Amino acid sequence: MLELIEEFNLLEAFWMTIKLALWSGFFALIIGTFVAILRVSPVGILNFLGTAYVNIFRNTPLTLIVVACSLVLWGQLGIEPASRDSATFIADLNFRLGVIGLSVYHAAFVCESLRSGVNTIPLGQAEAARSIGLTFGQSLRHVILPQAFRGAITPLGNTFIALTKNTTVVAAIGVAELALAMKNIAEFRSDVLLLGFAVIALAFVILTLPTGLLISHLSQRLAVKR
Amino acid sequence: MHTSRFRLAAVLAAAALVLSACGGDDGGDDGGDTGAGGGGDGDTLTIGIKFDQPGLGLRDGDTYTGMDVDIARAVAEKLGYSEDQIEFVETPSAQRETMLDTGQVDMIFATYSITDSRKETVQFAGPYFVAGQDLLVAADSDITGPDDLDGRILCSVAGSTSAQNVKDAVPGVQLQEYATYSECLEQLANGTIEALTTDDTILAGYAAQEQYAGQFKVVGNTFSTENYGVGLPKGDTDLCEEINGYLEELWEDGTMEQIIQDNLGPANYTPSDANPPEVGGHCG
Repeated sequence: MLELIEEFNLLEAFWMTIKLALWSGFFALIIGTFVAILRVSPVGILNFLGTAYVNIFRNTPLTLIVVACSLVLWGQLGIEPASRDSATFIADLNFRLGVIGLSVYHAAFVCESLRSGVNTIPLGQAEAARSIGLTFGQSLRHVILPQAFRGAITPLGNTFIALTKNTTVVAAIGVAELALAMKNIAEFRSDVLLLGFAVIALAFVILTLPTGLLISHLSQRLAVKR
Repeated sequence: MHTSRFRLAAVLAAAALVLSACGGDDGGDDGGDTGAGGGGDGDTLTIGIKFDQPGLGLRDGDTYTGMDVDIARAVAEKLGYSEDQIEFVETPSAQRETMLDTGQVDMIFATYSITDSRKETVQFAGPYFVAGQDLLVAADSDITGPDDLDGRILCSVAGSTSAQNVKDAVPGVQLQEYATYSECLEQLANGTIEALTTDDTILAGYAAQEQYAGQFKVVGNTFSTENYGVGLPKGDTDLCEEINGYLEELWEDGTMEQIIQDNLGPANYTPSDANPPEVGGHCG
């Protein structure tokens, strides 16, 4: 097993999966929060934009989004978020395109998780914020979003665990993470295929199981006491 | 009121599940035939091929075309199976050993290179053809071989032997990996990448397609050897030697050359000098 890990650089692939998950999670959170604000705002056109975003990106398969990032964004539109002079141009390019694809897709799920968090807040909170004269922005910042985040920790955690496993999709554009390593094992060492399978599955369990336990613990500790 | 609605919903869900199981007629039949054929001397011969490699193994609606497909039909005929007793199944690269092991296919003709690591789980009849790794470039490109690739962007399929060979041969190349060759071709056509590398037969098959006619050329400077063999499950070495005999016959009576000309001729493809190969030595 150790020689398998060395031969296919599984530790680097594991680190790449972690990097993908962390960067995409970060951007998904930012974009998702923004879209959630659009969806709960009192302005009709912003509502429409937020809803359109969620409907488009939640219903498009992730593989399609990621491959489109490479073939359309890079191939046709020439958007290259990496410098051609660098020796690791292709690796950086695919990593960043992969992060773009993953964040844009999971932002839709983050938005819906946050909206479910907003729904856990009693209506009286928003009314009270209004009656003491807070503007929409202020009431979001001081009253609504803090409670929404604390109430939405479980769905947000689920989305993050799904994101960690969805990082395997970016193997379709050549990012050197665990799924690509799996393909290499299948091609070059098909005699230890099942062992390779078990090692990669174990790697994902190591990533997702502690995250799940942490999320459960946090959601209880940080729950708003009403 | 609520319980009866709930029961209605549960009954509808169960009905939907049952209907979806019935609806898969093709899947059901395939499963039955493969089971019979895979068991040994069934009435059908299940042959694994590629469905997405033009010129070598391509599924076009109901028909199957390509060099590997024609060779498979010729060998099946010699084994005593008629055309309608052959069933073609798709065998993607990563699953070939598993499908032979579990009996889902009887033999594989899918640009299957003979390697020592694969011989630990399966056995090979052949080789029936020797291909070489080569480059596909734009028709007006100045690349003439792997040495011109330093610093340029090259494309191949993730996990293929070609990608690994080129990483070993030209360390300074920037390699873009996709899941299928079509994506590489798309990028080559719009100029984002400069070369595509894999077996020269596969390249010729792609270059010969109508929509890409005249846009690409195969460089013609092979830099590796790929021995295509017939994948067989381990055990029956007699069948393996029998197929070896038939493959030699196909080369001797000119059928092989005719098949190559029919499928890859439009791309001006000439087989490398290593053909016809020494058949045998990889059974058991």
